[in-house]
Amino acid sequence: MNGSFAAITLQEFLAGLVNSVVSVDAQTLMVIAFLLAAFVHAGLLLGLFAGLPVFYIWLERKVAGRIQDRLGPTRVGGSFGWLQTIADGIKLIQKEDLIPAEADSLIFRMSPYLATIASFAAFMVLPIADGWVAVSAECGAFLILALMSLEVLGIILAGYSSGSKWALFGAMREAAQMVSYEIPMAICALIPLLIAGSLNFQVIGRMQSGGIWNWFIFHDPFVFLAFFCYFTVATASVKRAPFDLAEAESELVAGFHTEYSGFRWSIFFLAEYSSMFAVSAVAALLFLGGWHDGLMIDGMVDRLRGMGVGFLWIDGFSVGTYLANLFGAAVLITKACVLVFVQIWVRWTLPRLRIDQVMTTCLKYLVPISCFLFLMAVLWPLLLASTMKRTVPFGQALGEKTVQRVVVPSVSVASQVKEVTR
Amino acid sequence: MGEVGLNAYLMVGAVLFVCGVVCMATKRNGIGILMGVELVLNGANVNFVAFSRYTPLGLDGQTTALFVVVLAAAEAAVALAIALNFYNNHLTIDVDSGNELHG
Amino acid sequence: MIEQLLFWVFAVLACGGAIAVVATQNVVRMAFWLVVSLGSVAALFFLLQADFLGAAQLLIYVGGTVVLLVFGVMLTASGPYTQIRTSPAEVIVGAAVGMLLLFVLVSSIGKVDWDEIADRLPATPAAPVNVDAAQWQKAGDQPAGSSASQVALGVQEQQGRTVRQLGLSFLGLRPDRNLVEGGAHGLAPGYLLPFEIISIHLLVVLIGAAYLARAKRRVVSEESPELS
Repeated sequence: MNGSFAAITLQEFLAGLVNSVVSVDAQTLMVIAFLLAAFVHAGLLLGLFAGLPVFYIWLERKVAGRIQDRLGPTRVGGSFGWLQTIADGIKLIQKEDLIPAEADSLIFRMSPYLATIASFAAFMVLPIADGWVAVSAECGAFLILALMSLEVLGIILAGYSSGSKWALFGAMREAAQMVSYEIPMAICALIPLLIAGSLNFQVIGRMQSGGIWNWFIFHDPFVFLAFFCYFTVATASVKRAPFDLAEAESELVAGFHTEYSGFRWSIFFLAEYSSMFAVSAVAALLFLGGWHDGLMIDGMVDRLRGMGVGFLWIDGFSVGTYLANLFGAAVLITKACVLVFVQIWVRWTLPRLRIDQVMTTCLKYLVPISCFLFLMAVLWPLLLASTMKRTVPFGQALGEKTVQRVVVPSVSVASQVKEVTR
Repeated sequence: MGEVGLNAYLMVGAVLFVCGVVCMATKRNGIGILMGVELVLNGANVNFVAFSRYTPLGLDGQTTALFVVVLAAAEAAVALAIALNFYNNHLTIDVDSGNELHG
Repeated sequence: MIEQLLFWVFAVLACGGAIAVVATQNVVRMAFWLVVSLGSVAALFFLLQADFLGAAQLLIYVGGTVVLLVFGVMLTASGPYTQIRTSPAEVIVGAAVGMLLLFVLVSSIGKVDWDEIADRLPATPAAPVNVDAAQWQKAGDQPAGSSASQVALGVQEQQGRTVRQLGLSFLGLRPDRNLVEGGAHGLAPGYLLPFEIISIHLLVVLIGAAYLARAKRRVVSEESPELS
């Protein structure tokens, strides 16, 4: 289930843990470890999924306040209003769950969950650090784009089933906007994938190790431009201002969630803020070096890998690798948070576009621009090869780089587990 | 550990196919008929992928299934354009009203 | 065991969603159940070790086609939740024909002995997903130790990691067939020509759909009925 790059997968770790406590035969051990690993993965991701929006909503209010020369929340939980989001959440859960008489109640009830599940599923294939990923799919980058595109269905169905004209208009705009913006988003994401030659986030992250010049954004000028193109499109695809036409409050009351209240309303926001994190983390992974800080600090941290083997008498588990991954996770989440901050900053600075301007921006500008960048990114190595006799202007080509990695020998329990995975 | 087996997947494919056929035959809403077509194609796809997993067919099944997915998307786009035209002309999506050329 | 459990969950969801699509009259609910059904089919693809295909199903079908269908529903609905009902007689006839067809399909599936047919086929040297049993045997024979991780890597390449193989087969190469040592079958054909044809086809469809769905001025029928 887990990436072959991980020194030891969570399932193997848990198998070792269970094995050191009770002795069971290999097959039962594997099933127990598999279920435990599934629950731990789900729990960790749920923590990330629910915890980050709490921070982002607070950040949004704080940033909005500062930009508008206010203070933002100050009272709840100390002088910075840390607990404002929690208080808001508790208030929202207490509210009555209204369902309009005109609404199609089944779909009205289900669509917030549809949006949230789609947004949460994207976290499944998002690597947080080297080897820290719930599902390490070979086509992870493709899968995450696919999963993120599903959120729109929940929103469209929510708007349509509300039985309100405001919600219907919001849903129509959302559908038109999403179907259009998916095209440049996929093309922009394709450009770094083209350089990496892999859809696996583990491989993509590895290739950007080392200094900041190894990040894909500095690989060639077209990738550099593609990053800004991707970020614009990603902002639109999580329907943030200036592209938040689906919930334009000055014209459509609240857009697709006009009729929602209480818990269902709040999980729409959970999904939206989590998607903001997801697209930012994908941007960080594809363009900004993933879990590598780019300042050569992680070269030192990487030396920890493989140290402290045999902790808790579990074969193959290394404390050093764990700590190095923890550092990588912190780096990646910081990068994603910076990008989310930029999204918030843009929201409170730029005015909202009209719907025709949104569609024009996408179809007349962003699609041709991204196609052009893609084409040039393909031709760039060819150009260099014909003029400079090499495919990169300086340094080593990506294929020639060798990534040094301490290989922790997988030992008996680990291989046993792998064997019964069949 | 028990294997699921080829037949179980083929049964799922059969159920999807039959549902799609019945949907195409009984729905009078043009878009409902399109949904029936999607179900039929998915039933076929489940079969293709199941054969590619359990028989020496190998990659061929997956490749064919990919072609089917792409063609289904194209089909949906054209069919939807036709449905919109139909709606523009008849102000309804009920396919029974499309009998003007009936002799 | 886990695979079986997951299979049953998703098979029931896929079939139930499909039956609900047929049973409901409200077209938006039909779209919702279609999402459930197609999403479960994508999950079945993942179970069948076709990762790329499952992702493509999610992106193209669930994220693209169904959104398009819902969009179509919105554009063609004359009132809120239009229901165009099917008459009961048609429902009964349809259900009967459907049950008959299902009976024919299920009984014929049950009658075929797939293993025997597979034996009669010319044995392909290394079908990508069939080979892992042999690989596992090899893994079990080897002493656990430094080489175990390499073997495990080889096996994981077999588990649903078909992106590279699919991509190469679209370029006209068949790594699963051609690169096997002593390949007695000659060059297996790839899919370059179908791939090119489908690309042109998509372009034609794009233009055609845009042409068909373009905004037209509605002809005022009272003034000039012969033009309408």
